[in-house]
Amino acid sequence: MANNDFLLQFQEFGEDGDPQSSTRDSTSINMEGTMKPQNQSKAGGPAALGVGNDELDTDDDKAELLSNERKNAPFWTFEYYQTFFDVDTQEVKDRIFGSILPWRGKNFVRLHIRSNPDLYGPFWICATLVFAIAISGNISTFLKHHGNPQFKYVPDFRKVTMAATAIYSYAWLVPLALWGFLTWRNSKVVNSVSYSFLEIVCVYGYSLSIYVPAVVLWIIPSEGVRWFSIVAALCLSGSVLVMTFWPAIRDDRPRVAIAIIVTIVALHVLLAVGCKAYFFSTREYENTSSLGQKEEIKAVSTINTT
Amino acid sequence: MAEVDEANKPLFAGLSDVSISDDIPVEGDISVPLASHSADDEFSTLDEPVKDTILRDLKAVGNKFVHVMYPKKSSALLRDWDLWGPLLLCVTLALLLQGGSSDSKGDEGPQFAEVFVIIWFGSVIITLNSKLLGGTISFFQSLCVLGYCILPLCVAMLVCRLVLLLVSATTVSFIIRLLIVTASFGWSTFASTAFLADSQPPNRKALVVYPVFLFYFVIGWMILTFSPSS
Repeated sequence: MANNDFLLQFQEFGEDGDPQSSTRDSTSINMEGTMKPQNQSKAGGPAALGVGNDELDTDDDKAELLSNERKNAPFWTFEYYQTFFDVDTQEVKDRIFGSILPWRGKNFVRLHIRSNPDLYGPFWICATLVFAIAISGNISTFLKHHGNPQFKYVPDFRKVTMAATAIYSYAWLVPLALWGFLTWRNSKVVNSVSYSFLEIVCVYGYSLSIYVPAVVLWIIPSEGVRWFSIVAALCLSGSVLVMTFWPAIRDDRPRVAIAIIVTIVALHVLLAVGCKAYFFSTREYENTSSLGQKEEIKAVSTINTT
Repeated sequence: MAEVDEANKPLFAGLSDVSISDDIPVEGDISVPLASHSADDEFSTLDEPVKDTILRDLKAVGNKFVHVMYPKKSSALLRDWDLWGPLLLCVTLALLLQGGSSDSKGDEGPQFAEVFVIIWFGSVIITLNSKLLGGTISFFQSLCVLGYCILPLCVAMLVCRLVLLLVSATTVSFIIRLLIVTASFGWSTFASTAFLADSQPPNRKALVVYPVFLFYFVIGWMILTFSPSS
């Protein structure tokens, strides 16, 4: 009887024995369990301390909890996709600047993305880049043949489709391959840092943002300016990529880590140089000028024979 | 009828008084009460001549054109959205852009299908973008606004074609066309922003306006680089 009474009485656990509970600022009701107050107190703590390398652990916890709470909508509803566009203007600006100027020791993903990867940045930066390449390619072709009276300028619309295919496949397929590879390595070697697919897409998308001003600079028909802008853009965005992915693979075997880094950089270089070579080729000019010379020779010879 | 009554008289004596004839009026209201008594219920649009129907739609479209050219804070575009105007403008623009620059080398300018797809696909993408960012505007309202705001660029296309016909010096004509296209592109962006920006939370306005800017920039670029086949 006494035991039953004891069990039937309302028991209070954890309220007095937990020394941290009295200092918590949580306003949630404890009826739902003890998880919620812990979430809120953890969310309140690290944000006040600022972000640095030593805060990565608490940031990880907060980030994980945030992401678990956020993506609760099933994937066939509209709200699920709205969670990927949960950014403000200032955040997008910060992410773009963070991908252009690599800060020593600060990881782009941890600092800026912080488990809120968005699809707005990658999509619209790729779209801007596609149209920037197509427009600058057309302008540079026009300027190249400006003095030539025989040349009639025709806007080449195929450049848009080609550029779109190349850039969008780079921005989406390479992160897919990289994520697959990293996940496979994670099953073999336990890494301290692992990125989700969307975070990798985010990093790649924002790293392409440096190319937009570089592509606009390519209009200037000087080879020196073009190569300088390519090399500068490559250095900046490549270093951001390398510094982002180095923590994810440094625990791996050194050969594999070096191979991954080299592949990332090589693909980045390939994209930049490939775009330049295809859309802004200088060999066309030599061909047309040599054609012009051949026609002159033909005309002179026909005049001579008549 | 009378013979039947007489034959049945002893059995159905009381029933012979009941006759369904025109003498006894049927009372009561059998009309179904309508939920909304809008203006359309007063007359049926099936009976009116086709000319009236077409003219009514054309007037609505024209009214919205006026709202685009003088963008004020009005809800006419949003409230009574229709897609006739955007379709008309899109087809006109695509036809005007198509009439030139097919070379023997195979380098061709934008074809009708490309322009059409860019305009409609671009509008859908921008609408999806603004809805994903948390906008309160509906899908078709946004399509309507974006389509109607192509009107300044359409006008610029017509003017550019005239300039190309009349002015032979290429540099002067290019500068004139550049000014016209820049002005109309700015007008389009400003007009659509006046309608769209209010439906967004204030810290995301720039995120929504930028794709609209890009969209009209690309269309303006296509107009500017249009060169008719000689």
